[in-house]
Amino acid sequence: MTSVPSPEVLRAPLVVEFPFTRSLGPVQSAFLTGLRERTVLGVRTGDGRTLVPPVEYDPVTAEEIRDLVEVATTGTVTTWAWNHAPRRGQPLDTPFAWVLVRLDGADTALLHALDVPGPDAVRTGMRVRVRWAAERVGAITDIACFEAYDGEAAEPGSAPHTGVFDDPVTGIVAAARLDYTYSPGRAQSAYINALSERRTVGERCPSCRKVYVPPRGACPTCGVATAERVEVGPRGTVTTYCIVNIKAKNLDIEVPYVYAHIALDGADLALHARIAGIPYDEVRMGLRVEPVWTEGGRYPDHYRPTGEPDADYDTYKELV
Amino acid sequence: MAPHDQPQVAVVAFGQSDHLRTTDELSEVEMLMPVLHEVLAATGLKTSDIGFTCSGSSDYLAGRAFSFTMALDGVGAWPPISESHVETDGAWALYEAWVKLRTGEADTALVYSYGKSSPGSVRDVLTRQLDPYYVAPLWPDSVALAALQAQALIDAGETDEPALAAVASRSRTAAATNPHAQLRGAVEQGEYAVRPLRTGDCPPVGDGAAAVVLATGNRARELCERPAWIRGIDHRIEAHGLGVRDLTDSPSTRLAAERAGLFERPVDTAELHAPFTSQEVVLRRALRLADDVTVNPSGGALAANPMMAAGLIRIGEAAARIHRGASDRAVAHATSGPCLQQNLVAVLEGEARA
Ligand SMILES: [Zn+2]
Repeated sequence: MTSVPSPEVLRAPLVVEFPFTRSLGPVQSAFLTGLRERTVLGVRTGDGRTLVPPVEYDPVTAEEIRDLVEVATTGTVTTWAWNHAPRRGQPLDTPFAWVLVRLDGADTALLHALDVPGPDAVRTGMRVRVRWAAERVGAITDIACFEAYDGEAAEPGSAPHTGVFDDPVTGIVAAARLDYTYSPGRAQSAYINALSERRTVGERCPSCRKVYVPPRGACPTCGVATAERVEVGPRGTVTTYCIVNIKAKNLDIEVPYVYAHIALDGADLALHARIAGIPYDEVRMGLRVEPVWTEGGRYPDHYRPTGEPDADYDTYKELV
Repeated sequence: MAPHDQPQVAVVAFGQSDHLRTTDELSEVEMLMPVLHEVLAATGLKTSDIGFTCSGSSDYLAGRAFSFTMALDGVGAWPPISESHVETDGAWALYEAWVKLRTGEADTALVYSYGKSSPGSVRDVLTRQLDPYYVAPLWPDSVALAALQAQALIDAGETDEPALAAVASRSRTAAATNPHAQLRGAVEQGEYAVRPLRTGDCPPVGDGAAAVVLATGNRARELCERPAWIRGIDHRIEAHGLGVRDLTDSPSTRLAAERAGLFERPVDTAELHAPFTSQEVVLRRALRLADDVTVNPSGGALAANPMMAAGLIRIGEAAARIHRGASDRAVAHATSGPCLQQNLVAVLEGEARA
């Protein structure tokens, strides 16, 4: 055991990005295609209300609804909030009001942005109209925003519509990006810091005495904190493995290669790593291996055979 | 099993972490584990004694898939335990555990939840729970949506900015005696965050965890001197379209409260999960709280709002008041989603004292 002071807490940027690709049902398809054509559609419920934006099921009765109507591109603000500091992805990059707008002919309100010079220029009940985006693709952002409008309802008020357009939009790609600063916590920070010094440390459970590597700060069997740091390895034994035949995107390793579970000497949990320095079809359970660091690497690039005789099955069978 | 044969379920222990702006030095499991140990120690139970375990958290806060599986290490999940998870506030995990105990399949349950908002920007993260077709592409953040609701209340004459400031002040003054709270005592109402909400109307962003132990019948009496019996619990949801709803009202809260039996007799305490001051105005009306009800003596979510745990904490705080004899009948409320979209109501009671 080594007594180590609290490690420097590690931090790294973590970006999660996903272009969610979603298909549209008939009602959503008609609505979003309509926006592309500067037409706003709603849907009529069984009790005669017009929902804008439209949904496929009545929110009260859950009845399927399909009767589309065209509503006006003018409407009334039902509530608002002044956003003096727009955030990434929001409709306008200058200060604006969030508004719920009930379009003329609709019974429900649509959320969007209102472009006005300041909070004194907004009030509940004010008249607004759609400002269309210059380029429209069939998305809610085809409405660039709303703008003040001093006038009567723009036609039509609530006219039946087939929902049929040429070249209907049948799906959307909803791009999303979230930025994080990831911090792995005390136990894993210590593990990563030690790796950069070409050492592998685990933590021993005070109750069952098992050594976990990589350590996660807790013993999953006993449910207690692990704190006693233990240096393990550097050598270990292949407990099981697989042969990878499909090249991963952006991975600069020739296939086939071997990915293995390796029980480092002194550890009670196998970690996983790539095996190299031996033909892929000669890797076997019990093979003795050691880590290989590349120049400046903060973690082992792979493990290679040590040349020792294979470990006896009984010495690692609990770790398979 | 007929309802009258179903065992009565009580909260027998509650624990929570200190809620902090950041906990970089701790992983989720490191943050959670002391809280788990606290409730187990309070009941004398070991992990292996627990019949059912249920947790609440969200991968979107962590930015990592299946992040809750790491937290399971803190429970002692090997050999395998009977376990479940909800991807929302732990109050809903408690509901699932309550159902499990009512069926008679277990007589004790451990419920926990946790959230670290510090790694990301929670205002942006929460946009990912919105309708992906019509709303999420506009990235309306959680404060903006709450501000729309606040303006609707002001327009309806239900509140005004000074009244909202009074809610903020009362909550954080109450939190002065809550050692776990993140914001305690006088806090500036501050500048507008999104008008009409000022920073003082908004909850702090922070990291934290909570846990409770549930038990049935006589098992509860063995584990706790004065169990907080869950007399009723129910959860309901609004239409997902914000413009379909009347934002000044919360019919889902009222219906859940009715089904939980809230309106049968008065309560003395209410722990309301109202992250924004304006939401307390909505909830007080929906729950028909009398003026003499003590609301959020813990400080509520305005004093500490660890995502995914703040709702469970409301149940825990209400139960803890019953445990120590400060309340006889309490209501706890938890919410999730924009503008009080989903609402859970639990009615808790202590037995008459000699
Ligand atoms: Zn152990």
